[in-house]
Formats: sequence, structure tokens, C-alpha cells
Amino acid sequence: MKTLIPWGVALAAVFGLHFILTDRLDAYYFTILMYAGINAILASSLNLVSGFTGQFSMGHAGFMSVGGYFSAFITTLIAAKNPDLLIDPVLAPILFGGILLAAGLFSAFMGYLVGLPSLRLKGDYLAIVTLGFGEIIRVVVLNVDAIGGARGMAGIPALSSFAWVYGTLVVTLFVIWRLVHSRQGRAFLAVREDEIAAEAMGVDTTKAKVRAFATGAFFAGVAGALFAHYLRYLNPATFDFNRSFEVIIMVVLGGMGSLTGSVVAAIFLTVLKELLRPLQEITKLDFRMVIYSVLLIVLMLNRPNGLFGTREISSFFKRKKEVKS
Amino acid sequence: MKMSRRLPAIGLIAIIALISFASCSKKEVKMTSDAPTGSELLIGEVGSMTGSEATFGQSTHNGITLAFEKINAAGGVKGKKLKLISLDDQGKPEEAATAVTKLVTQDKVIAVLGEVASSRSLAMAPIAQQYRVPMITPSSTNPKVTQVGDFIFRMCFIDPFQGTVMAKFATETLKIKNVAILRDIKNDYSVGLANFFKEGFEKAGGKIVEDTSYSAGDMDFKSQLTTIRSKKPEAIFVPGYYTEVGLIARQAKELGLNVPLMGGDGWDSPKLKEIGGKFIEGSYFSNHYSEEDKSPLVQKFISEYKAKFGAVPDALGAMGYDAAMVLADAFNRAPELTNTAIRDAIAQTKNFASVTGVITLNEKRDPIKSAVVLKVADGQFKYQTTVKP
Amino acid sequence: MLEFIQHFVNGLSLGSIYALIALGYTMVFGILKLINFAHGDVYMLGAFIGMYTSRALHLAENPSLGGLLIALAAAMVGCALVGFLIERIAYRPLRKSPRINLLITAVGVSLFLQFSGQLVFGADPKFFPQIFQIEREFSYGELKINPLQIMVLFISIILMVILQIVIFKTRWGRAMRATSFSHDLASLMGIPTDRVISFTFMLGSSLAGAAGVLVGLIYPKIEPLMGVMPGLKAFVAAVLGGIGNVTGAVVGALILGLSETFLVGYGLPTFRDALAFALLILILLFRPNGLFGKKGTDKV
Repeated sequence: MKTLIPWGVALAAVFGLHFILTDRLDAYYFTILMYAGINAILASSLNLVSGFTGQFSMGHAGFMSVGGYFSAFITTLIAAKNPDLLIDPVLAPILFGGILLAAGLFSAFMGYLVGLPSLRLKGDYLAIVTLGFGEIIRVVVLNVDAIGGARGMAGIPALSSFAWVYGTLVVTLFVIWRLVHSRQGRAFLAVREDEIAAEAMGVDTTKAKVRAFATGAFFAGVAGALFAHYLRYLNPATFDFNRSFEVIIMVVLGGMGSLTGSVVAAIFLTVLKELLRPLQEITKLDFRMVIYSVLLIVLMLNRPNGLFGTREISSFFKRKKEVKS
Repeated sequence: MKMSRRLPAIGLIAIIALISFASCSKKEVKMTSDAPTGSELLIGEVGSMTGSEATFGQSTHNGITLAFEKINAAGGVKGKKLKLISLDDQGKPEEAATAVTKLVTQDKVIAVLGEVASSRSLAMAPIAQQYRVPMITPSSTNPKVTQVGDFIFRMCFIDPFQGTVMAKFATETLKIKNVAILRDIKNDYSVGLANFFKEGFEKAGGKIVEDTSYSAGDMDFKSQLTTIRSKKPEAIFVPGYYTEVGLIARQAKELGLNVPLMGGDGWDSPKLKEIGGKFIEGSYFSNHYSEEDKSPLVQKFISEYKAKFGAVPDALGAMGYDAAMVLADAFNRAPELTNTAIRDAIAQTKNFASVTGVITLNEKRDPIKSAVVLKVADGQFKYQTTVKP
Repeated sequence: MLEFIQHFVNGLSLGSIYALIALGYTMVFGILKLINFAHGDVYMLGAFIGMYTSRALHLAENPSLGGLLIALAAAMVGCALVGFLIERIAYRPLRKSPRINLLITAVGVSLFLQFSGQLVFGADPKFFPQIFQIEREFSYGELKINPLQIMVLFISIILMVILQIVIFKTRWGRAMRATSFSHDLASLMGIPTDRVISFTFMLGSSLAGAAGVLVGLIYPKIEPLMGVMPGLKAFVAAVLGGIGNVTGAVVGALILGLSETFLVGYGLPTFRDALAFALLILILLFRPNGLFGKKGTDKV
């Protein structure tokens, strides 16, 4: 129970900040904060798949879009039939929470479907297949007129808030942290280190990989839902490969295997994007993606472990190596 | 465990850091803003200056800057100069939303111009409406954009009208009964236009012999064109962007499909003629203005634009110019420069003589404007006819 | 019936373009076991080099075979250089690193080429000068064939034959095969593996560059992102045929071109790109070594 205390404190801090910041913090900074939080959830969820389980996935934006569209579809239906439900101070949070959960589960199901064929695939092939799945999802969404197709879906109710985003982040980190430090987590790490040896040792690598995909997809879906209900507009073009790539760079920069790294890198890169805006205005050129890709190459050549490697923030405070009894 | 002792300390530091990050002034969304003080009037623009639709954003930007320059040279509005703050959205809706948020809350602009594409306007409009800052989109044609709220206006005709323009032209002028449609499914503008064309054309007694699609970015259209060819249409309606239409024209002729193509204002670019070459000759598209328009207003605009930017303006440049001019005119008519007064002044725009026609805004904040039909001939866009709403 | 034949012809034409790109892909994978994501972008660079060369030398004013050859030469040399640099700077230092690092770097290189291409060339599409034309029309009634595309088909097949000869009948080819089998063993045998790898890269990249010029000629619109989809599809084609196998690359590409054309012509035009990925998933599930691949077990 002791280990739950820091998480409880974190949640309390989130709620505290929610009341301090909402409607008080300047809207522009608030936007950056919200996107940073959503990106942190995305990065952490991808880290589970790519960092902890070693499965390089390039289609993460697909899971985000699935969760976003699924949740938006439901809430726009409710908004049309029963709009008061969405403003009710008691029912609305419960409803939204439920919708987030549903979106996550639907995404997880997609992740399961993606994980299945990927079982037999090696790193490079798996990567392209995940890219392919991301593309397939995007094309399907484009063709379904009921969710707007190329027009996109507008008029999504504004249900996301600071508390929802950062609260979800805390929950995401908690779940992944616990998962990684469990028996299943050791299976993930074993798959990453040496799949053949793991299989030989009796680890069910199939189950591990599929579980990793499904869990990663779950949180990506929730992030997508949070995104949809903040921007209030969804368009398939938002969830292209570039989006997947932006999440990848966050995970790689932070350290594949460090949740702290994912969060820090996500926040850093989100803020950097806005900081680079004046550069864009002056030169009329978008250097951002060039910088990202160079960053990726440079990182891989010089510091493939990223900022945090596989360490978490807690390891900075261990003076002596703990001997586990 | 050390962790459980340290983490709350970290949490506390983080909270303090974030609070100092926050500006503690209570921010309310004012119903009516104060008239701006200072010698400049700040106006925001959101456009795609980078990305594959950069030419659209760039043209619009050119039109706006030309207009502002002219106005400032003549003394500005109510003695103050207009200053444009231009932000790029890289062609992405969520970037457009962030950009307009910055313009409205940080830069405190009194009005926003943008965006070209309806998908980005739809992302921006709720925010402009929420902060009660007037927004004018020069060229988004999706009807939903102005439905967002009373602070959102547009300067161009909407897709339902544009679709029927070509339908009318096809039946009445070209006297065609059978048309195939080739739409860009990745582009809401294209899909919308195709739907409205189909409606209008069928209502006028025409027949759509084939309705198929491609995705922006495709290079090869022969499969779709082969299928279309087998249905023997008299023309093909291709309401996409110039980026693909040029190639489509080539491949259609290669397959022996010697029928005219028809399209919308997405064709408007010199690149269409470049890429389409002689294969796009003899095709028609609807647009907002024609460079052959003899009216002094249009000719003056064209020569000024040419002098400043070294190229004949396309429709987007014209509409950017018009949007800026209408805005300035509204500023002049408004009794004071508060947001509600500006909004009302824009809404009351009546019979404003602009490059792209006479603008009167209806109660839905859309203009009632005519469209022109142009023909690609002898390497130029030649005026054919005007279609009134 | 006529439509079917026309679709068939269209499909072969499309496939022969994928084949040109797939040849380079498969060669590099064969020797380095690396999916060079940047291959599609080298193809893009070839198109741009061809365009700028043509513009600088005013080749479009007198369309001729000579002009085309000049543009091709420029593109091939330029792309060979680019391929050499990429291998040296980004891939060689990582040869001993975990595979995933190499993969990530390849993605990084690909994106770098795309986005700096947008910065340098401008993101808007450009017109590729018509530096070569075949006046002869190939039409049989309603059936229309673009002579340039027949040319590309022949070039692909000829290149395939040449490459087969090089790989199986020359000393250098033997060195390539040995290095592909095992770097360490090959270098122990005295083969300069680094040079062999560089050479393979340069060869593959120059093929991509040539493809870029030819495609620019046939589909005269080029832009910095034009290599992404064709690159991925060429990869799928190479896998389809058996990655590492030169004949397989061409056959796989033709199959892909045909299936794409028929899918679009007979029903689902907007799923054209998704088809390639669906095919990839299917082939990896049911016959991971492709049509011509060896029966190996290294997909574990």
C-alpha cells in the first residue's frame, strides 16, 4: 500500500491543478498543456509496446483515431438526442469516464487484431505491417461517411478537461508501471531481450506481444478520445504516419523503456513545437519535421538510449543499490 | 522506501512550478471587448504556408497583404494602421486551432482571416466563436463553417451553389446529358462538390453514367478512367485540386477519352496548365473571378498584384484581397471597434464592390455571389459565362 | 473484354514502375538484411535531379533520346552518391547495434529526405519537363498503350536479366552473395565486405534514381513526398516475390500492379494503397518467403 501513496499524491495534485489552472491559465498555454498531456499518454502507451516489449510499432496514430472516432460518434449521438446529459455535473463525468473506457476497449480490440498477424513477424516486417495497419485504418475512416469521411466530424462536445487528461496520464503510468513490474512485465522484457530464448524458457511470447499491443492500443484510444473532445473536431488527415512518427520520436528521445522519459520527452517536444513557431514565421519554412528526423538519426548514432535509457525518476533517488530479499 | 518520501516533494515542486507558470489574473471571456488603443489594429491570419497546399495559403496571404498595404497607404482605418499577424498551420486542423487560440488570446487580434480549407476553418471557428472574435474565411466552401456561430463569416460561395453552377453549365451551355464523376475522396471539398453537382445535374435531366474516386496523392488514374471510358460519357466532372487534375487530363487523353473535363475552383493554378499541358485544353471549371474581367476594379487589382508579386493573381489571391477589403470596410462602418460592433458591421455588408463580384451577406453570413465559368484554351483561362445564384 | 485487356495493360505498366524501385530495395535487403526505408526517397531525389538537370540544360526544347540519357545519367550518379552517403553516415556505424536501432535510423533518414526535400524544393508539385517522346502510337482500336510505359517494362526486364548475370556469373556478384550470406565469414575469406556493401547500395540507389526520371517523364508531376507510397509498395512487391531475389522483385511488382489496377477498376478505388498492405500481411502470414524465396526459417 505504501507504494500507492505517490500515485495518490499525484492524483491529488492533478485535481488541485485542475481547479487552479482551468479558466485561469491563459488559453494558449492551456492548449499546450493539454496537448502535452495527451502526447504523454500516447508516448507512454507506445513505450509499452516498443520500449518494454521491443516491438517497433509505426501505426500508433491508428489506435488513437479509432478511440477518437468511436467516442466522438457516441457523444455526438447523445448530444443530438439528450444534450442535458452532457452538462449534468454528476452524470456527465461518469458518462464521459464510461465512454473513455469504451473507446479504450474498442481500441484495445483493434490492437489485438493488429497483434495477431504480427506474431510471426520479425522486427522489420512487423514495423511495416503496423504502418500498414495504421494506413488501412485511415483509409477505412476516410470511406465511412457516417463519421464524416474526408469532411471530418465537427461539433464534438467539449468534455475533456485538465483533470481528465492528466488524471488519465497518472492512471496510464500507474497501470503500465505495475504491469511492467509484474510477471507479465518480465515476459515483455524477455521478449524484448531475446525472443527465441524467452520462448525456450517457457515464456508465452505470443500472449506477451498481443497483450502489449492491446494495452498500448487501449491507452492510445483513450488519448484519442481525450483529443477529440478537446479539439471538438476530428479529421482523418490528423492521424497519418507523421502523427505516429511524432509519438515514436517522443518515445525514442525519452528512452525506450523509461516511462519518465516518455512523459518528459512528450512535454518537451510539445512545448518545443510552439517555441519553434517564431522560426517558422520568419523563415516561412517548417523546420520542425526536419529537426525531428535529424534528431532521430543523431540519437540512434550517439545515444540510442535516449534521455533516460531504461531508468525512471525513482532511480535518481536510490543511493545504494537495493538488494532484493 | 525512499521513493515514497521523495515523490511528494517532487510533486510539491512541480505544483509550485506550474503555478508560477500560470498567470494568476482571472480571465473572463468578455461579451463585448473594449475598442483597441494603440496606433495599430492587429488582425490575425491562419493559413497553410507550408505543406502541400502551400500555394493556396500563399496566394491568400498575398492578397491580404496587398489589401492591407493599400489601406495603410491611404491612411489606415480611423487613423490607425492595420497590422497582420500571420501564423502557419502546416495544413493540419489541430494546428489551425492552436494558431487561432494564440492569435486570439496572446496577440489579442480584433479579427481573424482564415482558413482556405473547410476542414481547418471548422477546427478554428468554434474557438473564434467562443472568444467572440470575428472570423472571415476567404474561401472555405463547406456550409457548416458559418453555422458555427454569429461571429463566423465567409467571402465565397458555398459548395451547394458551386455544384449546381457546373451542372447548369453542362446542361444548358454544353448541352450534355451523360457525365461521369471522378472525385477525390480524401478531400471534403471534392466530395461535397461532387454530391451537389450530381444532385443538380440529375435534377436537370442529366445522367451520371459512372461515379468513382481517387485519393489525393495518387499518380495513376488509368484504372478509373478505363472504367469511365467503357460507360461512354460526354464529359467527366473532376472536382479536385489542380495537383491531380493535370495528370488525369493527360491519362484520359492517352486512353482515347477525348471528352472535356469539368471542375471547380480547386483547378485554379498556373500549375494546372503546366502539368496538364495540351491535354487539359478544352476543359471547363467554375471559379470566383476571371482575369479577363474588363471592370476597372479587377484590372487594377490584377496589375497591382502583378507588380508586387510578379504573377497574375489566382482566385485565392483575389478572395484574400476581398476578405481583407470587406473587413476594413466593416471597420470603417463600425461606430467603434469593439468585437460586437465589428461583427454587426460585417454582417451588414451590402453591395460591396469586390474583385470577385458584388458581395452582400445573407442572414447565414454567406455571400450571395455569382460564379464564372472558365475554359482552358490556348494556355489561358478564358472566360465563358457568369452564373448567377 | 476490351476493358479487361486495357486494365491488364495498365496493370503491367504500373507494375513495371514498382519493379524498377523494387530491384534496388531487394538488392540492399539481400545484402544487409535491412529495409532501407529511404529507398523510396532516393527515387524521389532521382526525379528532382532529373528535373533540375533538364531545366538547366534546356533539354525539353529538343526532346531526344540523348536528353533522356543525360537526365538518367545525372540522376543515377547523383543517387548513387546519396546512397553511398546514407550507408556510410547512418547505417554503417550501426551494423553491430540491435536491429531496432537500425530500423529507427532508416525511418529517420527517410523522413529527413522527405522533409528537407520540402524545404529545399518546395512542397508544391512541380512539372517534369518532357524531355523525351515516342511519337509512335500504340493503339489497337480502343486499346491504348503508352509507349513510354512499354519502354519502362522492357527496361525493368532487361535490368533484371543484367542483375541476375552480375549476381550469379561475376566475381563481384559472388562477393555480394557471400557477404549476404555472412559478413564475418566473407571478410574472413578476404572479401572487402565494406566495399561490397557500399557498391550494392550505390547500385540499388542508382536504379532508384533512374526509376525517378522515368516516372517523372510518364507522370510529369513530382513532389518531395512522391517516394513514400511507391517505396512502400516496392517493398511489398519485393517481399511478395521473395526478398533478396531479383526475379522475384520484378514478378512481385507486376502482380502488385495488376492487382491494384483490377481492384481500382472493378470496384474499390480508394482502397488502392490499403491493398498493398493487405497483400503484405497475407503473404507474411501464409508464405513469408515469398514466391521465389528459399524455404528458410529465419522469420522466427
